[in-house]
Amino acid sequence: MSRERNILLEIDHLRIDAATDNGKGVPIVKDISFTVERGNVVALIGESGSGKTTIGLSTLGYTKPGLHVAGGHVRLEGEDILRMDPVSLRKLRGRRVAYLAQSAAATFNPAIKIGKQVKESAVLHGVLTRDEANERAGKLYRALELPEPDRIGNRYPHQVSGGQLQRVMAAMALLGKPDLLVLDEPTTALDVTTQIEVLQAFKKVIKEEKAAAIYISHDLSVVAQIANYVIVVYAGEIMEMGTVEQIINNPKHEYTRRLMCAVRPPPRADMGNATSDDHMRDVPALQTRKIVAGYGKKADGSLAVEVLSDIDITVEHGHAVGIIGESGCGKSTLARVVAGLTPSRSGQTLLDGVELPRALNERHRGDLRKVQLISQMADTALNPKQRIDEILGRPVELFLGLKGSEKRRKVMELLKLVELPVEFAGRYPEELSGGQKQRINLARGLAADPEVLLCDEVISSLDSIVGDNIIRLLKGLRKKIGVSFVFISHDLSTVASFADEIVVLYAGRVAEKGPVSKVLSPPSHPYTRLLIASVPQMRIGWIEEVMESRTAQAGIARVVTFSKEGCPFFVRCPLGIPNTCDKVVPPERHCGNNHFLYCHRKISFLKEDASERVKVKKSDRIRMA
Amino acid sequence: MGAGSMNITSENKTNAHVAVFEFEGRPAAPIKREVKISVPGKIAIAIVLFWVAMCFVGPLVAPYREADIVADQTFAPAGESCSPFRKGVCSFHLLGTDYLGRDVFSRVLYGSRTTMGISVAATLLAYVIGVTFGITAAIRGPKLDMVLSRINDVFISIPSIMLGLVVIAAVGTSIPILIVTAGAIYSTTVFRLSRAFAMDVMVTDFVEAARARGEGLWWMLYREILPNIVMPLATDFGIRLIYIVLFIASLSFLGLGVQPPVADWGGLVRENIQGIAYASWAPIAPALAISSLTISINLIVDEMSAKSGGKLAKSLLK
Repeated sequence: MSRERNILLEIDHLRIDAATDNGKGVPIVKDISFTVERGNVVALIGESGSGKTTIGLSTLGYTKPGLHVAGGHVRLEGEDILRMDPVSLRKLRGRRVAYLAQSAAATFNPAIKIGKQVKESAVLHGVLTRDEANERAGKLYRALELPEPDRIGNRYPHQVSGGQLQRVMAAMALLGKPDLLVLDEPTTALDVTTQIEVLQAFKKVIKEEKAAAIYISHDLSVVAQIANYVIVVYAGEIMEMGTVEQIINNPKHEYTRRLMCAVRPPPRADMGNATSDDHMRDVPALQTRKIVAGYGKKADGSLAVEVLSDIDITVEHGHAVGIIGESGCGKSTLARVVAGLTPSRSGQTLLDGVELPRALNERHRGDLRKVQLISQMADTALNPKQRIDEILGRPVELFLGLKGSEKRRKVMELLKLVELPVEFAGRYPEELSGGQKQRINLARGLAADPEVLLCDEVISSLDSIVGDNIIRLLKGLRKKIGVSFVFISHDLSTVASFADEIVVLYAGRVAEKGPVSKVLSPPSHPYTRLLIASVPQMRIGWIEEVMESRTAQAGIARVVTFSKEGCPFFVRCPLGIPNTCDKVVPPERHCGNNHFLYCHRKISFLKEDASERVKVKKSDRIRMA
Repeated sequence: MGAGSMNITSENKTNAHVAVFEFEGRPAAPIKREVKISVPGKIAIAIVLFWVAMCFVGPLVAPYREADIVADQTFAPAGESCSPFRKGVCSFHLLGTDYLGRDVFSRVLYGSRTTMGISVAATLLAYVIGVTFGITAAIRGPKLDMVLSRINDVFISIPSIMLGLVVIAAVGTSIPILIVTAGAIYSTTVFRLSRAFAMDVMVTDFVEAARARGEGLWWMLYREILPNIVMPLATDFGIRLIYIVLFIASLSFLGLGVQPPVADWGGLVRENIQGIAYASWAPIAPALAISSLTISINLIVDEMSAKSGGKLAKSLLK
């Protein structure tokens, strides 16, 4: 009996169809049944397009335009939500069931202060009075570990960081004490370091509030940290469901195993492919020397914001250099400087040993051909009004001078190269899926027969399975054609498995650079260590472990700040030396094999500290120089 | 357990030739969109086609010639009209006669040629000038943008009729001059519009990719940016056309537009305006012609944007 009463939400043979032009329904959710008990977090997991969000939204009695419920029931405490009248639905939404969307930045009204937006729904529904709402909001801000909990409500959305805004949104959802919380990919758009902090806060607050939650995600390693039950969804059907231990430790269904394989393992030194020197030449393919770049201009002609300072990187022919760092560290700016889109203030970019002009319009077409930038968002990188054959044919025509049938043949070759059917030539970008668009984006870069490909977060917006396919493709291309890669990503595992060398960028400065095997075995620079420690591992209880470790505690919950003096990482560094690190720019330390560290600590100290950390993982011993 | 009836291994086999698409190629093939035109759309297309046809065959179909004064009765009602002075002299006028006793129906048919010819040509000219300079201003950096925008501001601040009067007073009136004047005057608003739309498109990644490719101005203008802003511009095209019809009509009224006895719709409304008091068709018929044409053009534009605007619905479906 007591078990019966504990059931909060019951989804019973739910079917949702999409209406098509010919009037026939295409099933999106096919006969799904599961229950959510009070105090439990149920994770819906699957790749994009599997119907996770549609199921999640049905608990609010909502379907996206074009979709309709074809059958089944969604019962909240026995009451069928799908058959409620609009007035009861309005009372239900935000009060008993709250929804947390993926992008907090897009959810908040930029013109209204955070606090007002947080309180609006609860006060409007009459759940709380204005004073009660104020009090409870303050409590939730504190529980979610937001900075300045008493004053953060007076800020505007743009004045807090992305991770903080995500937590503020959680406060908004929880304010009305909802019975059920639906979280739709709440950490997907965040950096690894921010993700930990948000996950930890969510976990804590869900426990404290004794709320039930549906957590929608495509990332099993994230789900492993927060959920009690896991439901694996594929194409609108349940593939497998069970407790988190069952699914993580003993997956039964083949699809679940595939999802597990696609979760990137924690980055290690030995997961990369051996450095291939087949395509090596005397001169490196790409070299930057003391690049300084930024945005804006002050009265005295200097940069208003210096995003990159003194960047030296070298990319050998046929090599891949991974550039890692949190968002806002200047990774994309570096790619833009090399491509000429953002002219550098000073410093040189050398291609095959020849200096390139800084600005785009001074570069020769031949130089433009050799360096191709592949941008992050395939959705916006392809002109929606051009067909694929035009998108790919244009660079072929422009750079290689091919016309007519030769051009068509080259376009077909490119499509085959990125493993797409040749019929795609006649389609428009909007007729392609995200992964397919990214392949076209890649093919356009390759159409110019480039020597250096600058890949800016090319797989970050994709599913792990689709992303893996793209990585496999890139590896093949590298072997086949000998293109050099600058591979920008905040996903360390991908970089570790793809790159030969790694450059760790923090606040526009190189923190560490060198061969993957040297940088990651074990990571010695404090920032590299923080990044590696933050990559979620598919292990239950991982997040608690990380939160206990000193590295993470010191490093999370901070935004990247640029400083002109000293080491920019000082404010987050657990090993910082006051009066040295914050005053003097860190020296370059060479540890052999082209492995460079930029830190005031001696290499021997860092190595020792790192290896000790591995031995006594949970040590809270404070060791300061 | 849900109905996990789908067998993933068998799915793999069917997709064996594109092994990488396992779990990705869904939905397999995009459904080819059928272009269905709604009833208002069909009616609108029919009306526009009718008027276009009248441009060519109007003078052949018209019962009387454009400038002939064929009846003694002015503002005669539709139907048989008999002369009040000459016994037994009667003539049939489908839409009655105008203030001089000319056949309204014939004049409206003749007028379609002048009106549509001048206004469509002027609107096209306004678009060519406005779009080219507008997008150029958006593409070619803040300095050129500043210069072009301020020049545009100067022209936009002068009332269009005044500007038209000055130009025509200076160089005289003829149909080509009317077209060029109206086109130039209305290109100022098109400039603003296309500049604003182009600014939005300029920040997208595909424009950046084109810039990184070293594309020239022409390609940027007409291949990258214009196709992406053509829909809102097309909506404006319909409205701009009406403005130009009215502009030409105003000039005609002042005696500087289309010279009598040549008929144009705007001029027909103006010259027959007293006819309203006699319930005459003379001012109503050309007004109906103008409104049927402009409403139809707008309906067609709506129809086109509803078809491509499925994009919005599509993005919501995702």
